[in-house]
Amino acid sequence: MAQTLYDKLWESHVVRELPDGTCLLYIDRQLVHEVTSPQAFAGLRAAGRGLWRADANLAVADHNVPTKDRALGITDPTSRLQIETLDQNCRDFAVSLFAMNDIRQGIVHVVGPEQGATLPGMTIVCGDSHTSTHGAFGALAHGIGTSEVEQVLATQCLLQKKAKAMRVRLEGAAPAGVGAKDMALAVIGVLGTAGGTGYTIEFAGSAVTDLSMEGRMTLCNMAIEAGARAGLVAVDETTIHYLKGRPFAPSEALWERASTAWRALKSDPDASFAKEITIDVSGLTPQVTYGTSPEMVVSIEGRVPDPAQEADPARRTALAAALAYMGLTPGTAMTDIPIDVVFIGSCTNARLEDLQAAARFLRGKKIAPNIRRALVVPGSGLVKHAAEALGLDRIFKEAGFEWREPGCSMCLAMNADRLESGERCASTSNRNFEGRQGQGGRTHLVSPEMAAAAAVAGHFVDIRRPF
Amino acid sequence: MQRFETLTGLVVPLDRLNVDTDAIIPKQFLKAIGRTGFGANLFDNWRYLDSGEPGQAGLRTPNPDFVLNKPRYQGASILLARGNFGCGSSREHAPWALLEYGIRVIIAPSFADIFYNNSLKNGLLPVTLPDAAVDELFCATDATVGYTVTVDLQNQRVLNGARVIGEFAINAFRKDCLLNGLDDIGWTLQYEADIRAYEARRQKVTPWLFTQVRGNNE
Repeated sequence: MAQTLYDKLWESHVVRELPDGTCLLYIDRQLVHEVTSPQAFAGLRAAGRGLWRADANLAVADHNVPTKDRALGITDPTSRLQIETLDQNCRDFAVSLFAMNDIRQGIVHVVGPEQGATLPGMTIVCGDSHTSTHGAFGALAHGIGTSEVEQVLATQCLLQKKAKAMRVRLEGAAPAGVGAKDMALAVIGVLGTAGGTGYTIEFAGSAVTDLSMEGRMTLCNMAIEAGARAGLVAVDETTIHYLKGRPFAPSEALWERASTAWRALKSDPDASFAKEITIDVSGLTPQVTYGTSPEMVVSIEGRVPDPAQEADPARRTALAAALAYMGLTPGTAMTDIPIDVVFIGSCTNARLEDLQAAARFLRGKKIAPNIRRALVVPGSGLVKHAAEALGLDRIFKEAGFEWREPGCSMCLAMNADRLESGERCASTSNRNFEGRQGQGGRTHLVSPEMAAAAAVAGHFVDIRRPF
Repeated sequence: MQRFETLTGLVVPLDRLNVDTDAIIPKQFLKAIGRTGFGANLFDNWRYLDSGEPGQAGLRTPNPDFVLNKPRYQGASILLARGNFGCGSSREHAPWALLEYGIRVIIAPSFADIFYNNSLKNGLLPVTLPDAAVDELFCATDATVGYTVTVDLQNQRVLNGARVIGEFAINAFRKDCLLNGLDDIGWTLQYEADIRAYEARRQKVTPWLFTQVRGNNE
């Protein structure tokens, strides 16, 4: 029978199936960070359990790490304790760790692929919902809670029921100035924030095959914002080329065998999906969110919608509450919204290609006087190093951006990088929830190019036009 | 894990769509390394008028307009919510905070997947009811002070007195785990031989999946 890519990945990892369809699913790789793992290790200690396969795990601190003055150590005592706890747990349980002083340290979802620790055909989990990122490699990857982190540490398995398969086809050539982030936001706008709940989404179509691995990661990263735990892209030569020579990718001796096996990781031509949608991206415009859910998104050419025009009462209430929180008036043109802060970073958009895209809009320019803070937080030490080799750090700094050390930073504001109440931010991150970037902070999700252009103009601008 | 069989409890209504886990427990409280202490900060941004940091228990100003702070809903153990409850981050601190506050059941038209799963693993029962039944419950909790329902997991029903408000579906395996307070790890380890056999098979077919990753701590 014809199989979807999801079917193939699922089937190859079932250790045992129960009569009700719940499966014991084998997990090839677990990525571990400091926020969702301490209670899992504590649970193992309490039960006197060891790790099933220590070498399947890779740990890195990212959520809490400071992004400047690292020589001073971590000043926040609670953050420090959490990171020290990760270090100690990795020592006690022999888990590989990229500590803060390692150039390979960074956001877990940037580090895994960069190291080749993320490989096609794997099942990958992490106690972080943006684990969906790794699906860009034809791997089945999703976020889990701390109880499941503990279970994978102890058994290398999870108990799961198979999700339904959805295919989102993105067809056509994206216009200049429109990229993976805009596609991701547009998909969420169409599906809604719960439209993918219960599904694994395979992204397909010519616009997806045209994307680099960085772009595919951005797309899969935000599958969870449409409710889907996992996003997928079939393996092709772009995938294989990206992985060649990565530190943990298969050695020369195994490369041919591995890459041949990977080429089969795609849906069969006649495979059927429970749900299928197609979006023509040739007419897509740069996207900006206006509300407190990623589905509250419009074109840069659009306006803040009016709750009075919303027919569904629950949605009307939600929209009115969102606009009140965001301090926005219905009917305002998106290009008339002034901003205070710009954040370029996060597991969605902190890879080299993202920084290059932003830098192109900043070369020889300065941020607008009304911008209070503009931050670039590279996704990893290696991204930072590569960007510096290209001189991007100078472009950012000369424009008035701060050039920081790698981490999650202002995407979720667990460290010192956060919005003050009422501050409005053009952010390349993934969530515009109330308080996400700091209590009372107002987040607008955009692409790196759009964030850079907004920094220069002081308000959102349509990057397809001169400004 | 706490067992769950039947619970009769006061219902508190939270009339908002897409309640995300950042709202359930804001990030500044995720720095703890234990599983407890999160209840006081459940819905922190909505529940208090002042902004919260860890370690301020008892020093905060409650927001009298937030539904959990209303006298009529004190002692509630059942949370009534709208669609896509628990979306966003995978933080298990969200069910921990709800449980520690005293919530044992959440009734909503739909839940986000990761939150749903995390709840079940902690003895917090997510009950999915149709929109009409949820609407009825919102009306009832508003109209009647002290409105309670009974959630019967064995029979998968929600009742008010003897009247059935709705029936809900739940995975048979998860139901069994909840009824018996079973832990996934113990359950999985009974299949140790199957896991070893799977690994041996896979090592032959895809040996590159068993490459050791190395950090700088070795």
